[in-house]
Amino acid sequence: MAWRRPRIFRPKDVVCRDAVELVTAYLEGQLPARDRARLEGHLADCPHCTAYVEQMRTTVAVLGRARPEPVDAETRDALVDLYRRWQTS
Amino acid sequence: MAVETELLDRLRAGDEAAFATVVERYHAPLLRFAMTMVPTRAVAEEVVQDTWLGVVRGIDRFEGRSSLQTWLFRILANRARTAGGRERRSVPVDLQEETAVPSQRFNAAGHWTDPPAPWTDAVEDRLLASATAGRVRDLIDALPEAQRQVVVLRDVEGLTASDACEILGLTDANQRVLLHRGRSRVRSMLEQEAGEG
Repeated sequence: MAWRRPRIFRPKDVVCRDAVELVTAYLEGQLPARDRARLEGHLADCPHCTAYVEQMRTTVAVLGRARPEPVDAETRDALVDLYRRWQTS
Repeated sequence: MAVETELLDRLRAGDEAAFATVVERYHAPLLRFAMTMVPTRAVAEEVVQDTWLGVVRGIDRFEGRSSLQTWLFRILANRARTAGGRERRSVPVDLQEETAVPSQRFNAAGHWTDPPAPWTDAVEDRLLASATAGRVRDLIDALPEAQRQVVVLRDVEGLTASDACEILGLTDANQRVLLHRGRSRVRSMLEQEAGEG
């Protein structure tokens, strides 16, 4: 009979409460390989946490979406003027 | 970055069009970042003005070891700390426990009892379409200061983790904790908004 790894030594599974705390490190590619495998194993079984990870991705997309108001011409010209004076002094 | 090297050469040579390009590209992002570091818009505008003065004076000494953007943001962070009278070496990470999701949403075993409702394509489109500069500022303003600074640099301006650490004087681990908490809070705000659909 082949030796089988006793189940008792299996690393503790990730539960949902842990998974939500690992999402940023996961999206940053900073989770150690073993933790990443455990998280991905959990995500494969848990539609709620999968939805949660998707929401975090959307959150990042929303934050990166807005372009600021462009600088007004007056401010820009005043700064170029500052640059000119410094260059010629 | 070849394009940036060329821009730097032109800046050092006194090319006004190159300087105008840099102002157009970075003035508004600098102002947005300054507003995370000082209490009022008026002070933020002064800090940005002061930053440009530092740029004009220091461009010959800039060696290009970091990107131009990182250099600009670092000058600004230094000026803002001086202006705000906050002479500290780094932003402290609040050691208090802060969970990404309120613990009441899980049972004793750690499984969801109140799981997030998946966002449909229509909800995602609506959230993305409503992400104007003003709306994003409201989301950011609702964050504690240290989280706000990291989220603005990383997710609004798109800087790398190592650039954000350098600008804010943070360790990599603390930067990630602040980013995680900030993003988690913003997700929670968007979740409420999505639910009101």
